[in-house]
Amino acid sequence: MAEAESKQRKPGARLCCICSQRRPALKRPKTLEQICRECFYEVFEEEIHQVIVQNQLFKPGERVAIGASGGKDSTVLAYVLSELNRRHNYGVDLFLLSIDEGITGYRDDSLETVKRNEIQYGLPLKIVSYKDLYGWTMDEIVKVIGLKNNCTFCGVFRRQALDRGAAFLKVDKVATGHNADDIAETVLLNILRGDIARLSRCTSITTGEDGPIPRCKPFKYTYEKEIVMYAYFKRLDYFSTECIYSPNAYRGFAREFIKDLERIRPRAILDIIRSGENFRISTSTKMPEQGTCERCGYISSQKWCKACVLLEGLNRGLPKLGIGRSRGLNNEEKREKKQSNGISAIESKACGTLDF
Amino acid sequence: MACSSGACQSNNCYKQEEEEESEQNSIASILDAKRGTESNDPQQSLCIKCKANSPISCTGEDVRFCADCFRSNLYGKFRLAVSSHAMITPSDKVLVAFSGGPASRVALQFVHEMQNRAQKNFDASRDRSLPVFGVGVAVIDESAIYPIPAHEFDEAITEIKLVVSNLAPPTKELHIVPIENVYASDSVDKRNRLKELLDSVTDVTGKEDLLLHLKMLSLQKIASENGYSRLILGSCTSRIACHVISAAVKGQGYSLSANIQYVDARWDTPIVLPLRDCLSQELNLLCRVDGLKTVELLNGPSSGINHLVSSFVALLQEENPSRECTIVRTAGKLTPFHFNRIPEISDCNVPLATRRRQKRFSLQPKESISSESFCPICISPLNKSEMQTLSGFGSFQSSDTFSPSCCPSCRFQILPKDPHSMEHFISLLPQPLAAQSKHDIGGNLNLLREQIQDFLLSDSDSET
Repeated sequence: MAEAESKQRKPGARLCCICSQRRPALKRPKTLEQICRECFYEVFEEEIHQVIVQNQLFKPGERVAIGASGGKDSTVLAYVLSELNRRHNYGVDLFLLSIDEGITGYRDDSLETVKRNEIQYGLPLKIVSYKDLYGWTMDEIVKVIGLKNNCTFCGVFRRQALDRGAAFLKVDKVATGHNADDIAETVLLNILRGDIARLSRCTSITTGEDGPIPRCKPFKYTYEKEIVMYAYFKRLDYFSTECIYSPNAYRGFAREFIKDLERIRPRAILDIIRSGENFRISTSTKMPEQGTCERCGYISSQKWCKACVLLEGLNRGLPKLGIGRSRGLNNEEKREKKQSNGISAIESKACGTLDF
Repeated sequence: MACSSGACQSNNCYKQEEEEESEQNSIASILDAKRGTESNDPQQSLCIKCKANSPISCTGEDVRFCADCFRSNLYGKFRLAVSSHAMITPSDKVLVAFSGGPASRVALQFVHEMQNRAQKNFDASRDRSLPVFGVGVAVIDESAIYPIPAHEFDEAITEIKLVVSNLAPPTKELHIVPIENVYASDSVDKRNRLKELLDSVTDVTGKEDLLLHLKMLSLQKIASENGYSRLILGSCTSRIACHVISAAVKGQGYSLSANIQYVDARWDTPIVLPLRDCLSQELNLLCRVDGLKTVELLNGPSSGINHLVSSFVALLQEENPSRECTIVRTAGKLTPFHFNRIPEISDCNVPLATRRRQKRFSLQPKESISSESFCPICISPLNKSEMQTLSGFGSFQSSDTFSPSCCPSCRFQILPKDPHSMEHFISLLPQPLAAQSKHDIGGNLNLLREQIQDFLLSDSDSET
């Protein structure tokens, strides 16, 4: 209807940069082009399709789990992937995989969203809960250890839980909703921390190919703002509350810096990712060795994997075991590290997402 | 840091733990972040090194060294950088780039002290086989771009002249050169041509970066016209940390490691950074303690992305005093390029003693990348994937081949978007920018040597 109006009433009015027919409805965050809604959907989906095709993310007949938190990124991912799968005949079986950390007032609500998505998109859903896997919910853990270091438990457990859920679904791959902003932020953080090992692999679109289940990021080049825009215009059903246990962790210096950069030069986010891809990392740089946990058989660089160390601490009533600088059971050193939760964090979003 | 450290440790990330440790220690001492020396007795306020004198008292920062120990510590870092990378050899003539700021002021002071010591040794030695290296000072006058009132400019120049002439002999030649001299001496109306060139760059950050490249070019010109063999910059850790982040932000990940090493021998006169391991706070403090006069007037303001990055890094440094070091250390782990070391002297005219001396330094070729071509604007080495169909090397002045030969970053932020104005833009560029890329073809000899390096026998092999 908007198009008809603009055609008739104002012939001189500005038109969409792409189709030159309809009136522009938005300024595209990535390029600042003024385009109409229809063209936005098209370029947004087409870019993701190109990323999937060029990087050969999916092969016909594969089973792919979408890490679904109920947040905007994973909801849009589920929607777009099922759409593209249908349109371009990827021939993959899609599943939704959610982790229930057991956080009342946060995860229970977001899981309701995922359950609605299950019906809306017709994708089978599997929920893996911390309670089932580890015998502890996050609520119970927080009761024991308080609001410091709780994110450590949550992050370590989630990483493993996702792998176990994927194994249960017998999928070949997990797709996560990490977007371009997340990846640019990770590149910066790894420079700031001096973590050369992670710097070399944080920009790869598929990770863990040597591990049990590879993960891929179809949104690697997709701007967060465009994801929000897509969800908004498509009126997708998603959940947008912060985790009740780490409300402050959301915004960090690095994230703010990236937002400032984006304001001056939208292309900076892509430039950071390109920098990350082109860094020359010397082959003689030491990389941590990968082994398996003696207890549960999960990948670990230590004798026991981090989840087992943390769990052992919880069950023995020594919840500080394995937190901070101490290497816990791995070398019987128990020093406690002072840590404050998120106040001066240089990074954001350590919690609440499927970020490992 | 709260959540990250936990997740991080699951993969044995000891580096971060190290950092976190220093994070806690360094709350007490801004300037002594890297030395883990404890025993911080509040009653006993003595220098932690000599335990004799009282530490420097200054507002805001808590320094635990006395003035002498602080100075010798800082000079030690300078000397270590100079000697371990063969930055200055006795037969060299070095040019110190002097902006008037604290970093280049300290660089000048330290080079002067080093020369002074060399002179004393020379006077005392019997055979006088090691000559004393020569020192010159270069100041680039940017008033064509950043206009300042004439009397202020004259004042600043007088100050600079005073600073240089007050240094004890041997006398140092001072070159004050306007930035428009980057154009060949016979070209007309250089000042306006330069202005027009910079005005044609619409991106603020791009303009600033182009000016920086032109400045470097001017310094190189001064160096080659006056027979200098090294160009010394006062780039400190803080400055390099900012460069690392801004290069990453501008998508220059591939060439990043070229610009942050101690030595950059891409140019006719190799550039060396002896203050690479010193923090800007330390340099500022030394200027204050020793009363080294600084002249800030000649420096242009910073804006755009570079400004955003430097305030971001300053914020991080405030939150953790070892952050800048960590950033530079991370970037230092990236593979350097073949030109990031001083080329070995093979010239027979150079005195044997000098050559022997250079061999002593660790000049072992490290793992490095060879690069075939360079961006004609910023002289960054180009990644193969970044080059857009670069076949005909010869016809450089043509606007069709110029743009693809630039790095993506310069293409975006410096080159004009409109292909019609490209011809004009190229005509405004100073000659050496285009010539520089031609020079690379000649410089390919080094590259060829690099490829057959393993099979070449050199006399240094017998020594190691």
